[in-house]
Amino acid sequence: MPNVVSKNNPYLPQMGTIREIIQETPNIKTFRIVLDDPEQMAAFRFEPGQVGQLSVFGVGESTFVINSPPTRREYLQFSVMKTGEVTRALHRLCEGDPIGVRAPLGNSFPVEALKGKDILFVGGGIGMAPLRTLLLTMVDRREEFGDITVIYGARSPQDLCYRYEFDQWRAAGVNLVLTVDREFPGWEERVGFVPTVLAEEAPSPYNRVAITCGPPIMIKFVLAGLKELGYEDDQILTTLERRMKCGIGLCGRCNIGDTYVCVDGPVFSNTQLRQMVSEL
Amino acid sequence: MEKAVFLPDTELHEALAALSADAQVWVPAGDASKPDLVRFQRYRPGLSVRLDARSLVSAKEVLFPRSEALLRFVKEKDLSVPAGHRLHVDDTRTVPPAVVFGCRPCDARGFLTFDRVFLQGPYRDPYYAERREKTTFVSLVCRDADGACFCSAVGSGPADPQGSDAQLIALPDGYVLRAITQRGAALVEKIGRGPTAEQIQAARDMLDQAGREMVGEGSLTAMDAAFRARFQDAAFWHGHIDKCLSCGLCTFVCPTCYCFTITDEARGLSGERIRSWDACMFPHFTLEASGHNPRPSKVERYRNRVGHKFSYFVSKYGQVACCGCGRCIRHCPVSVDIRAVVRDLPVQEEVHA
Repeated sequence: MPNVVSKNNPYLPQMGTIREIIQETPNIKTFRIVLDDPEQMAAFRFEPGQVGQLSVFGVGESTFVINSPPTRREYLQFSVMKTGEVTRALHRLCEGDPIGVRAPLGNSFPVEALKGKDILFVGGGIGMAPLRTLLLTMVDRREEFGDITVIYGARSPQDLCYRYEFDQWRAAGVNLVLTVDREFPGWEERVGFVPTVLAEEAPSPYNRVAITCGPPIMIKFVLAGLKELGYEDDQILTTLERRMKCGIGLCGRCNIGDTYVCVDGPVFSNTQLRQMVSEL
Repeated sequence: MEKAVFLPDTELHEALAALSADAQVWVPAGDASKPDLVRFQRYRPGLSVRLDARSLVSAKEVLFPRSEALLRFVKEKDLSVPAGHRLHVDDTRTVPPAVVFGCRPCDARGFLTFDRVFLQGPYRDPYYAERREKTTFVSLVCRDADGACFCSAVGSGPADPQGSDAQLIALPDGYVLRAITQRGAALVEKIGRGPTAEQIQAARDMLDQAGREMVGEGSLTAMDAAFRARFQDAAFWHGHIDKCLSCGLCTFVCPTCYCFTITDEARGLSGERIRSWDACMFPHFTLEASGHNPRPSKVERYRNRVGHKFSYFVSKYGQVACCGCGRCIRHCPVSVDIRAVVRDLPVQEEVHA
């Protein structure tokens, strides 16, 4: 498989250019990046859920999921919440600026194993990014999957990412349930925390896999809610985050016991999470 | 001994100078002002070579420098592109051949931990790999274990050849130098003279003696299950580690600690991406930008260090990530003893009603 992460030097980023920047929310920007070498760009392959390290030379690197789907390869899309040093530097970049990319890294969602199943996505805030790559993969291969329900929430309407795509998702047959934490003028969708809306919607666990990503407190209650609805551990997938440096399983900081989130993750089933040492 | 030479004490400097002709030669040496502060230094004439002394730090930095540039980058002003500059990134490097002369067997064996992680996947670290391929290790069969040493308890020993290309065996007036690998044989050819039958016999006797010696009590190699069973026992970890200062010294003197950080340093239009030693004992090691820290206190951090060496590494690779050199024990400012912690993992405390 052609791979941008160089076999000769996995620390060496591929050079890319920012084609487009979308201001998703007050503190989240989406970057659409094209690799400068057209051959590399054409040969780039990845699976939904895999991540990349973005480089701002002089500041550093951070890890983000590639949130565009492998079915659409005109650019690689990353969404970045302004939180630390590197993300602040990324937010200062402009369209046309050079950027370093080391990708794809990590594991991916088990797309083939999800074929024929009903799917439930439960996302909160920036946690929609890793779900988007899988959601759009399924949208582009719609007939291979059953019902697709998405429960997506944020604090307020302006904190929802990818708002400009919601109509397309619905048009593609996605049952999209949107919620915000409290009432806002003009908001006509659901109001309430994601776990509450999950309990109200109560999608049947029969032949269904739930995939959840969001802030830790949301995940905690979503996992409890899914259990309540009858979902087994191996019917629940989530993604983990850790502080990372190398991204290739060497630098020693993203481990949970003998599991390295950078190479063994970021995607884990709840069964796997339960087998790990409790150091989340 | 197929390939062996005798190196008289009086010709040691001559031999080191000869080896220096086509390689960087690293030897344990005392500082001019502090002759007993022994560390690995590049050989130069007049250096106070101390093969007799245990070094404060291992030869780890020869293959894994405290700090090294992974990449260099330059922004070249160019107003014809939208960004106003072009970025050039360069990872070229030159790695000279090197010889580590007179480390202890534990130090040479310590690199087996590095090899597993840095060479055998899932990704290969080219910086380490290139140095590894060009470095010859000559270890000194160890005859002066102290109270902190425990190499035999981790499956090694004072005459352990693993990781060494050649072995020095000290005799009263010099050393027998014996090749273990092809690379060692190539080095042996360059120095010394043919040993006498008596010297060969004396070296054999000493190797046998050292090979039988047990340094450290019991075995610490099968603690994976005990560690996992103890993971949640807060009282156990507090009891052993409350005195820890989180200074990180144990990791810096350790021949098998390989954790690192990567930082960018830039000035004006150019800069470097630098890899440096880091320590899992520091709070910032795992601190996330959100403020969340999966290992927020020294209890979790020390537990991770013990787990990494005696449980996680074992379950993943079938070997402990510890060479028993004892440096973390010898130099800890508050006398934390990792042997005691690991040995206590499976011990059931008496329950007092």
